[in-house]
Amino acid sequence: MLAMILKEFRELRRDRRTVAMLVALPLVLLVIFGYAANFSVSSVTVEVVGPNADSVAGQLPPFFDVTAVDPSGDTEAGTDALVDAEVDSVVVVGDGTNQLLVDGSSLFTAQATVAAANQAGGALDVEVLFNPDLETSWVMVPGLIGLIMTFIGTIVTSLGLVRERQDGTLEQLAVMPLRPSDVIIGKIAPYFVLAYLDMVAVVVLGMLLFGVPFAGSAVLFGLGAAIFLLVVLGLGVFISTVSENQGQAIQTAMFVVMPQILLSGMIFPLSSMPWGVRWIGYLLPLTYFIEIALGIMLRGAGIGSLWPAYAVLCVMIVVVLGGAVARFRRDLAPSLPSRPVDHEPVAA
Amino acid sequence: MSFGVDGLCVDVAGVSALSDVDLDVTGGSIVSVVGGDGAGKSTLLRCLVGRIAPTAGAVRRPASHEIGYMPATSGTWRQLTVAENVDFVAQAFRLSAVERSRRSADLLDRAALAEASDRLAGDLSGGMRHKLGFVMAVLHEPDLLVLDEPSTGVDPVSRVELWRLITEAAAAGTAVAMTTTYLDEAERASSITVLDGGRVIAAGSSDALLSTFPGSITAPERATDPRRAWRRGRSIREWHPDGASKDGQRPLETADLSFEDTVVARMLDQERLASTESRP
Repeated sequence: MLAMILKEFRELRRDRRTVAMLVALPLVLLVIFGYAANFSVSSVTVEVVGPNADSVAGQLPPFFDVTAVDPSGDTEAGTDALVDAEVDSVVVVGDGTNQLLVDGSSLFTAQATVAAANQAGGALDVEVLFNPDLETSWVMVPGLIGLIMTFIGTIVTSLGLVRERQDGTLEQLAVMPLRPSDVIIGKIAPYFVLAYLDMVAVVVLGMLLFGVPFAGSAVLFGLGAAIFLLVVLGLGVFISTVSENQGQAIQTAMFVVMPQILLSGMIFPLSSMPWGVRWIGYLLPLTYFIEIALGIMLRGAGIGSLWPAYAVLCVMIVVVLGGAVARFRRDLAPSLPSRPVDHEPVAA
Repeated sequence: MSFGVDGLCVDVAGVSALSDVDLDVTGGSIVSVVGGDGAGKSTLLRCLVGRIAPTAGAVRRPASHEIGYMPATSGTWRQLTVAENVDFVAQAFRLSAVERSRRSADLLDRAALAEASDRLAGDLSGGMRHKLGFVMAVLHEPDLLVLDEPSTGVDPVSRVELWRLITEAAAAGTAVAMTTTYLDEAERASSITVLDGGRVIAAGSSDALLSTFPGSITAPERATDPRRAWRRGRSIREWHPDGASKDGQRPLETADLSFEDTVVARMLDQERLASTESRP
């Protein structure tokens, strides 16, 4: 038995990814759940519009962080500010009562805002926009669409590509009269199509089963999904280039997918995370897709307010997909071996 | 039509994997490359098909659409059926539908795979999978056919069938370069190149290699130096570097020697030379 234990430790020592998972994962989980897993919202941004907006802004409880005051604004201007996600809520100053418009697409923020308004003693007439009943499913479905595309694009794609390496057929493809672009596009196109179809199915099912609204442009949403999908496919291709077999690919994909689930704002609001953790969220493509999906589906936002998210995803395509494809091309090109090659890996 | 490598050198992380290797493969002939594990056989073939860029030397090969390559893993897609594997390769090599149908039907029939055309490659036996790999490599009638250990791990009957297919390809004018660990198989080739530690230690026809080797080989009752002795069937063979046996045994005649005996003698000679060189 001692020999068995010793053998296992020796194997583990050489399996760097497993060691990384054993060491890094508990630390990552500790940090994330310690700092990021925070549903409580300590303050919300608010714009005050309408006559006497200045004086009303000064009377609001400290929970409301007044970022703009516009005495000439009205309900329409306030709603536009919410659609464009400029603020979390808007106070419309009226003749008798003041109306508080809340962005319901940001669930935890909206819940906290409603609670804070109620505690203020009914001075504010609360109206939740975009998600009046504060349905969790309305907010989760757009995030799940992104998560499903991340799963297919990252894990399934990397497994498909690594299988070629593991079975020794990548060698065969490299020798055939196929251009590297033929191989790469041929490999990732089916996953793109499947993930896209999955995305459409989830959107339709989300609307039918949970009544999730689709307030904005389907074309804009489809474009955002395609751009996002190219980024996560790039992650899948990249993982395949650093993995020798499917086990390694899954391990590596875990490191890529888990932070997206926890730090993209899908579960925990980004605004509640300390900056030490939040910046990681801003490096993740799912963060921007969720921004696009919630914006278009629930708020009916247009390109005017969502363009920064599209731009970041486009930059990510260039960096992630471009870099990954370059690495994959290198695998297909003639090269000096990094180690003796008298035997190709044999499929399990 | 002649392909091959001239003065080929490949260094891996500063260590020589191939050193000054020459190989010549002409149309209609079979050249087999033999050697032990890590001798550089696969590296040589991978240079020949363009997968490895050599450190020095020249590679003579046709355009990629004129090369047929079968890697040691057989190069088949396990999740595809036999017919789908063949179909994919035919499309990759841009064979016309008529040509594709004719060639695949003929080759699958000759490889005794016609009845298995709907089976997944992953479900085939090792021998059948290797034959499928061969069919895929030869489907487009390449000028140069490169086979990396096509018969390793294949049962004797399938080996015979594979060899029939290989010789048929050569008879049709294809230049065939292959590696093998089976020395009896290598003998069937027109020319043999013996690699040891990345160097060519012998090259030529099996007859030439049988008649010219260093030292002499005897068949003693008991070996005088076990480090230089090996079994062949029920008898013992012993190699004597200086040509004479210490116990006065008569060296075996060429007719009594196998190709395997001479290769073992050459490898022992390489070991002896290496140990002499490393001695201060």
